[in-house]
Amino acid sequence: MIAECQGRKFSLFRTADPRTLLAAAAAASFCFSFVQSLGASASCLAFALILAAMGGISAPLLLKRLAAVNIFVLFIWLTIPFAMPGERIDVLGPLRWSADGIRLAMVTTIKCNAILLSFLALVSGIPLPLVGCALDRLRVPAKLVFLFLFTFRYVHVVGEEWQRLQTAAKLRGFVPSNSLHTYRTIGNMFGLTFVNAIDRSRRIYEAMLLRGFDGSFHTVTEVKSTPADKRFAPLFFAALVFLFLLDVYLR
Amino acid sequence: MHISEGVLSPAVLGGGIVLTAIGTGIGLRKADYSRLTTAAVLSSVFFVGSLVRVPLGPGSVHLILNGLLGLFLGWAVFPSLLVALLLQAILFSYGGVAVLGVNVFDMAFPALVCHYLFRGFFGVAGVRRMFGAFCSGALSVAGAALCTALALGFTDEGFWTSAKILFLAHIPVMAAEGCVTALIIAFIAKNRPELLRFGGGSAKGDSS
Repeated sequence: MIAECQGRKFSLFRTADPRTLLAAAAAASFCFSFVQSLGASASCLAFALILAAMGGISAPLLLKRLAAVNIFVLFIWLTIPFAMPGERIDVLGPLRWSADGIRLAMVTTIKCNAILLSFLALVSGIPLPLVGCALDRLRVPAKLVFLFLFTFRYVHVVGEEWQRLQTAAKLRGFVPSNSLHTYRTIGNMFGLTFVNAIDRSRRIYEAMLLRGFDGSFHTVTEVKSTPADKRFAPLFFAALVFLFLLDVYLR
Repeated sequence: MHISEGVLSPAVLGGGIVLTAIGTGIGLRKADYSRLTTAAVLSSVFFVGSLVRVPLGPGSVHLILNGLLGLFLGWAVFPSLLVALLLQAILFSYGGVAVLGVNVFDMAFPALVCHYLFRGFFGVAGVRRMFGAFCSGALSVAGAALCTALALGFTDEGFWTSAKILFLAHIPVMAAEGCVTALIIAFIAKNRPELLRFGGGSAKGDSS
């Protein structure tokens, strides 16, 4: 269910410090969100494509993710060009499109894809336990890091449990349909997953207390910045500042 | 339900981040580690729930279950949804970092309101309990759809139509979610009624 391949065949970011990558991805998201002009957002997309190439994302994964995010974009294209007030232009057939609406939809599409690409390139290759470790080093509250790591740990367990119930239901000839029976079955299955999850959480906590848990996690993995990080980070942030200034200039 | 990155204006994004930060801060301060373990496992349940498809009319919808989480977690629903959505962002690229604040607030705040509105409804078996469960599920989704629509609407006036369509499209989801939440609560009430004691004092009681 959650067997998402995080590994990359070839990535320039593989040895990079996860803290740098997380900070860079967050900064890129915010910077690209601020951009409003068409020229600057196109430049952001070009920058994100370079990052994606450096991150070595495989084409099938990339297309799958882009398809998912562009469903929302499609929804925007189906509404905004018609709904936006302002000057109308004839583009196609009898429909009157708003020029501002088309511009807004284009900028949104480009920004959306640019942020997705940069995020995929920088973050989705980091193993999740290392993300937790990096968040801890970035001074995210310890309780939140605890929650993050534990959620990741138990997503698989809860997912497996749900699939076991689903297999059992299938073996008994359960076929989902629009009926109260389906809803009741799903409610019962989920209720069971839920109750088991709460029981499990108590057992986990008791087990942790027995092993001397005092609220802090000790990670064995060390996150270290490499010389390459020290070269990458200033360049990256300079590029973001440049994109931001370009947008201010083009607005 | 998720708004993609790059859609909302910086002001709306900033507002979402501030509100989510406040909610998360309160949620974390109120929760001790035993409660956080519950919150973490319920975040996983939320994550798995969002992958479960329920048939509805000609298509199917996925479960949201923010109302159910809100009932059990109270304020801790903020940090719980924050990590669940962060995981989704990293694993599936739904949403992203900048828009995380808005997406978390949209789902967590209505769930929190429902927690305080309906937590007194679960003490005794009967119609009242089922009503509370249905309303928690349905209104949490309604609130989430409303907040999402408002976030879109405040970004640009051109988004108002999209916002209205988004809200209307969620009406069947509200009904489905209300039914599933009521049926889940019915299951818990039948098998583990002691878990449903969030009424009266704080919701802490069910974790110790």
